[in-house]
Amino acid sequence: MQRRLATGLLLAPAGVWFAVMLVLPLCFVLVASFGEREAAGGFVPAFTFEQYLNLPARGTAFVNTLILAPLGTALALLIAYPLAFYLAMRSSEKWRTTLLILVIVPFWTSILIRSYAWIFILGGQGLPAVIDWLGFGPIRLINTPFAVLTGIVYGYLPLMVLPIYVSLERLDKRLLEASADLGAPPLRGFLQVTLPLSLPGVATGCMLVFILLMGEFLIPAMLGGGKVFFIGNALVDLFLQSRNWAFGSAVAVSLVLIMLVTVTAYMALMRRLGGTRDDVAMM
Amino acid sequence: MTDKIDHISRQKFMEELRRYQKGSVTRRHFLGVTGLGTASAVLGAAMPGLMPRPAFAQGIGDRVILATWPNYHDPANFDAFAAETGAAVQANVFGSNEEMLAKLQAGGSGWDVFVPTNYTITTYVAEDLIEPLDLSRIPNYDTAAFDQRFAGPGTVDGKVYAVSKNWGTTGFAVNTTHSGDTTPATWKEFFDLTQTTFSGRTMVHDYQLTTIGAALKAFGYSFNSIDPAELAKAEELLIATKPHLFAISSDYQPSMRSGDAWMTIAWTGDAKQMNRDMPEIVYVLGREGGELWSDFYAIPKGAPHLDAAYALINFLLAPEVNKKEVLFHGYPVADSRVNALLPPEILNDPILYPAADLLSALEFGAAATLTDPNRAELMARFKSA
Repeated sequence: MQRRLATGLLLAPAGVWFAVMLVLPLCFVLVASFGEREAAGGFVPAFTFEQYLNLPARGTAFVNTLILAPLGTALALLIAYPLAFYLAMRSSEKWRTTLLILVIVPFWTSILIRSYAWIFILGGQGLPAVIDWLGFGPIRLINTPFAVLTGIVYGYLPLMVLPIYVSLERLDKRLLEASADLGAPPLRGFLQVTLPLSLPGVATGCMLVFILLMGEFLIPAMLGGGKVFFIGNALVDLFLQSRNWAFGSAVAVSLVLIMLVTVTAYMALMRRLGGTRDDVAMM
Repeated sequence: MTDKIDHISRQKFMEELRRYQKGSVTRRHFLGVTGLGTASAVLGAAMPGLMPRPAFAQGIGDRVILATWPNYHDPANFDAFAAETGAAVQANVFGSNEEMLAKLQAGGSGWDVFVPTNYTITTYVAEDLIEPLDLSRIPNYDTAAFDQRFAGPGTVDGKVYAVSKNWGTTGFAVNTTHSGDTTPATWKEFFDLTQTTFSGRTMVHDYQLTTIGAALKAFGYSFNSIDPAELAKAEELLIATKPHLFAISSDYQPSMRSGDAWMTIAWTGDAKQMNRDMPEIVYVLGREGGELWSDFYAIPKGAPHLDAAYALINFLLAPEVNKKEVLFHGYPVADSRVNALLPPEILNDPILYPAADLLSALEFGAAATLTDPNRAELMARFKSA
C-alpha cells in the first residue's frame, strides 16, 4: 500500500504535466478540428467534417514533409554512422572527449542563427559562386528542396551521432575479437556483430530525427524561402497568419495520426530486426 | 571581382549586424512560434545594450517591447531612448498585419507598443485588443500638425487608439541591371517578367494584402477586392507564378542586395534604403494602382510596461527624433513639423513622394481584407502550393 502511494506520488508531477501540457491541448485540437472558422480568427464549435475534407488543399505540404523528412533522416544516418563509428572505435582515448564536444558545439548557438548563416553559404555569392567559378555553370541552391535538405541534415546530425555513438561505445569489444578468432574478416565482423548490436542506437537516432523533422518549420521557412513548405509551415500559417484554428487543428490531427502510424510501423520493423532485444528504440 | 565580393560581404555583414541589433534577424516564422522569449534571450545576451540597467529617475522600467516591421527604425534612436530613460527597446519584427493580429488574439504577446496599419485598427477596436490612448501622455503628438488623410484612421468612434507613425506606398523594386529596357511599369508586366526572363528572381511579400492585391491589380481589379471571381483570377495568376518566384518573404532586402533576387514587391522605405546604397535598384508604382497606407503607434490591451510604452511613443514622435527616423528608413511622415526639418532632397524624392497621378491611382487597404476568410485561405493555399 505504502509502496503504491510512493509510486503515485513519484509519478504525480509527470502525470500532471502530461495531462495539462499534452492531453488537454490535444483534446482542444481534436474538438477544434470539427469546428468552423470564426471570421476574425479563432473557431466556432460545430460538428462538421468540412475541415478534414479540405485537407487536400495542403497536399503539397504533406507530400513535401513525407518525402523530405525520411530522406533527411536517411542522409543524416549515412553521415552519422561512420562518424559515430570512428568516434567510438577508432579515435584515440585522448581525443575522444574533445571530438565529442565538437559534435555538440553547434548546439551552443541557436539553430536560427546557424540557418541564417546557411542562407549566405547557399546564396548566390556563396557556394554557387564557387561552383560557377569552377566552370560548372550557374546553379541555384537557396530556396530549393536541396537547401532545405542540407539545412535539416546539418541541424539534426548531432541527434543522430550521439545515440549511435553510445551504442557503439558500449559494445563489448571482446565479441569482435572472438569473431576475428573464429576467422571472420573485418567486414563480416562488422556486418554480423557491430551493426546488429548498434541497431538500438540507430533506431533511437532515426526516431529522434524523424519525429522532429515531421514537425520542422524553421529550416524550410528560412532555407526554402517559403517555397518548400512543410506541414509545420502550413500549421504556422494557419494559426499565425490566416487565423483558421479549425482547419489548422484538422491539419494538426492528421499530422499526429500520420506520425502514430509511421512510428508504430517503424518500431515493429525495428523490433523484428533487433530480434528479442527490447531496449530497441527505448533508450 | 574579389574586391567586389569582399566589399559586398562586408556591407552585408554590417547590414546583418544592424538587422541583428534591431531584432530583424529573426524571421517571422521563428518569431511567430518560438516566441519572443527565445529570440530576445539570444539577442539580449549578445547585446549589452539590451541588458537590464540600474533604474533611472523616471522609473519606467528597464525595457519596452515593440512589435514592428522590418527596417523601420533607426537603432541609434533606440540607444538614445535607453540612455535617456533606462528602458531598452526590444524590437520584434513582423511580416504582415495578420501575424500581428493572430499574436494579439492568442493573448500574452507581451508587447508594449505595436505598429498596426490603417485598415486594421477598426478590427483591433472591435476585438478589444487595443488600448485607447491618453494623449496627455504623448505631448509630442500634435494633432493639428498631422495630415488627417494619414492620421485619421487612428481615431475610431471619436476615440484616439493610434497615432501616426509613417505613411507610404506599396510598389515594386527592380534591379535595372537585369531588366534594362524591360523594366516593368505595371503590375501586369511585373508578373509577365517574373514568368519569363526574371524566372527564379522575383520575390513577393508573405502578406495577403499586398501579394493578392498586386495580382488583383494585374487584372485591373481593386487592390481590396473580396469578390470570389476576382480572387479566383488572382489565385490562378499567383499559382502560375509561384514556380518562377525566388521566395515568398516580406524581408526582401538581403536577397535583393546580394543579387539573388532581382525584383520584389516593396514598400517605400525599403525601396529607398536599397536605392540609396544601390542606385540600380529603382522603385516603381504599378500604373494600375496599388496600396497607399499609413502606419501607427498603438498600445495593445494589457501592455506589461505601459509607462515605457507611452514614453517610447512620445520619444519617437519628437520632431527631432522622427527626423532621424525618416533619414534612416526613408518612409515619409504625416507630421508637418518633421517635414519642416527634412532636407529638400528628401522632400523632393519621387520614391517617398510619388507624382500626383501615380498617387491618385492608389487605394488604402480596406478592413474587410483583414478578416475575409477567402483572402486568408487563398494566401495560405498559394504558399503551400
